[in-house]
Amino acid sequence: MSKTGWRNLPIAGIIPKAGSSLEYKTGTWRAFKPVVDESKCTFCLLCWIYCPDGAVKRFNSNKKISIDYDYCKGCGICASECPVKAISMVEE
Amino acid sequence: MRVIGLTGDEAVAYAVKQCDVDVIAAYPITPQTIIVERISDFVANGEINAEYVCVESEHSALSACIGASAMGARVFTATASQGLALMHEILYIASSLRLPIVMAVVNRALSAPINIHGDHSDMMGSRDCGWIQIYTENAQEAYDITIQAFKIAENPTTSLPVTVNLDGFIISHSMERVEILDDDDVKRFLPHRSPLYRLDVENPITIGPLCFTDYYFEFKRQQAEAIEGSYKTIMNVMNEYSKVSGRNYKFIDTYGIEDAEILIICMGSTCGTARFTAKRLRERGEKVGIIKVSLYRPFPCEEVIEAIKNAEVLVVMDRAVSFGAPSGPLCSDIKNVLYDFGLKIKILNIIYGLGGRDVSQNDIEQAFKLGFKLKLGDIKDKVLWLGVRE
Repeated sequence: MSKTGWRNLPIAGIIPKAGSSLEYKTGTWRAFKPVVDESKCTFCLLCWIYCPDGAVKRFNSNKKISIDYDYCKGCGICASECPVKAISMVEE
Repeated sequence: MRVIGLTGDEAVAYAVKQCDVDVIAAYPITPQTIIVERISDFVANGEINAEYVCVESEHSALSACIGASAMGARVFTATASQGLALMHEILYIASSLRLPIVMAVVNRALSAPINIHGDHSDMMGSRDCGWIQIYTENAQEAYDITIQAFKIAENPTTSLPVTVNLDGFIISHSMERVEILDDDDVKRFLPHRSPLYRLDVENPITIGPLCFTDYYFEFKRQQAEAIEGSYKTIMNVMNEYSKVSGRNYKFIDTYGIEDAEILIICMGSTCGTARFTAKRLRERGEKVGIIKVSLYRPFPCEEVIEAIKNAEVLVVMDRAVSFGAPSGPLCSDIKNVLYDFGLKIKILNIIYGLGGRDVSQNDIEQAFKLGFKLKLGDIKDKVLWLGVRE
């Protein structure tokens, strides 16, 4: 892939387009992935609050959560914070 | 136009007031204190409609200025010595984000031993920070350059921060006759800022993202181009200001260079003493001259070469030490330029005035004498310390 030369780059390294981080799928960084046991989950949403990447999705209609593996880096904070041990970290 | 008595610090504060700044974030430090005291008075009295941010350190002062400048505001701060050193990492961020900020640096020695008096060690310690750096000779210049600095910094092509340097105490605390422009003239000279980019919640952008091996190098190249390209902006602003004020500003100022055998090159308040001494020596028939370097970064290579090319000996006076280097910072630049233009002129580097050590006419006369000695081949030293006790 050819990269842009200095004359044609945006000034001072700014990113003029908002939301470009969505294009960077950080899920590939993961070594362990969080897996949710729906039978134990109480929908307390502590994992949704603690996730530093916003990779926990909440579905209010059926009171369920799911993990967005495109962006989850596998840090394990959700599994650590879950009060009912409904999330386990499984090796990729 | 009015004439009032102002110290160098007060002259800077008065200029800032007339420039209608939006945000000032600063931390007081001797000998800069009077600048921020006067400005805080102006804000408290409602004489200027600005936000004065009292911060807990110089590191925070410049960080606040960066945020305000990124919002599109006209921003000022001032510091000296240890304060500038504490700002060091933020200096680079301001220039690489291409954010216009005007900062008065009231040049003072760096510790240790602790010292509050004037020399150029502080700014020379940060000379590679990517800011445009201008040195002033007296309170009038400190006033005039402050006004011009906003216009240079805010020029959309240039968009870089600028330091206005004035020697601690010698300029900052000496009261002089200062010619003040009318408020309306300053307003006309300095219209509202049109930022290159700005933080705006309606049109979000990212400023200062991570940049690795694949792009960082390109942004540094871009930044180098910005400061190299600023010569034209600075020259245009100086020319325009000369028309408004009747006072002529240039990158360098010269005296007696047409036939001078010995030229002293210096910066800051010493230039006045040097010019006065040179005039007296010329009355006695001695062929001496002076070059005052006002614009230090970007360095005015072509103007300097044009001025020094016919001299036999150059005496370059540095009010700072570059420890372990072949010569002081100003002298290194002069030698560099000489080599690039294929000139070989005898040079004596003089280190002087550290920690505010007074520089008298006798000292300047001594410097010229040393220049004549070098011409005759009676000196082998490349660097001499003038005014230090052996």
